[in-house]
Amino acid sequence: MSDRHPHHPEHHRPSTYHEKLTAAVLELLAEKNILSPAQITESIAVMDARGPHLGAKVVARAWTDAAFKQRLLADGSAACREMGIDVGTLKLVVVENTEQVHNVIVCTLCSCYPKMLLGIPPAWYKSKAYRSRTAREPRKVLAEFGLDVPGDVTVRVHDSTADMRYLVLPLRPRGTDGWTAAQLEQLVTRDAMIGVARAKEPAAV
Amino acid sequence: MNARFKPGQRVRVREWYPPGHVRTPYYIRGKSGEIERVCGVFDNPERLAYAKADDPKTLYRVRFRQSDVWERAERPNDTIDVEIYEHWLEGT
Repeated sequence: MSDRHPHHPEHHRPSTYHEKLTAAVLELLAEKNILSPAQITESIAVMDARGPHLGAKVVARAWTDAAFKQRLLADGSAACREMGIDVGTLKLVVVENTEQVHNVIVCTLCSCYPKMLLGIPPAWYKSKAYRSRTAREPRKVLAEFGLDVPGDVTVRVHDSTADMRYLVLPLRPRGTDGWTAAQLEQLVTRDAMIGVARAKEPAAV
Repeated sequence: MNARFKPGQRVRVREWYPPGHVRTPYYIRGKSGEIERVCGVFDNPERLAYAKADDPKTLYRVRFRQSDVWERAERPNDTIDVEIYEHWLEGT
């Protein structure tokens, strides 16, 4: 088992089928002059640069700018572009948490995720358990994440099955009056924008 | 392309099991809900899966009550929104 240490997966381990397939496709793309290794490296860098910090900027702006929030809820893609965030061709739907409604996002068919704002999805988001149970018993799933939704709050599950991508606009925490957008960004986590957590409390930062 | 259904309208998802690449989840087939919004026109993924971008369809978000989807739902008034293409929907 020593050659299968979980933190060193590349250490003394034969390549898996998919690793070999990936290497073969990359070599073919270069050999046939379809994509150069430099272009592939550049694309990976672009993907790696995306992350929850982008979503947090959008959320903090919505918390501090009511007119922007209205535009964001009306057309998420256009509002992000306005902030200089490249969302590609996908349509972004932003769903707002209120005192009466809690939203949570799932893709029961595969793992559709707002990568342009949150980066690469966490492993649990792609797990069969999360994908099937969030549709069937969202309150139980949220409780396991440590989020108890009161009985008088409606839970809305959003199954990302086709061309839309979803982002939850979390409730702005109390006790943050007068905070700047830059300060508020620190409270906005990836999990809060998926809907499995609330934004951090001011005391946490 | 005119959308056949309007926000607020009741619809039912066809109980239909065609082979191939389909993006209507099993659990929602045959269930009734309400149009939440019209998302726009997109290429039918059932054709796109075979590299055919030749069948534009209107896409909707349909909102279902949990109790209309599952027996013994956690809370009847909780909802699940699913994106569904027009050819999968029928009026009620």
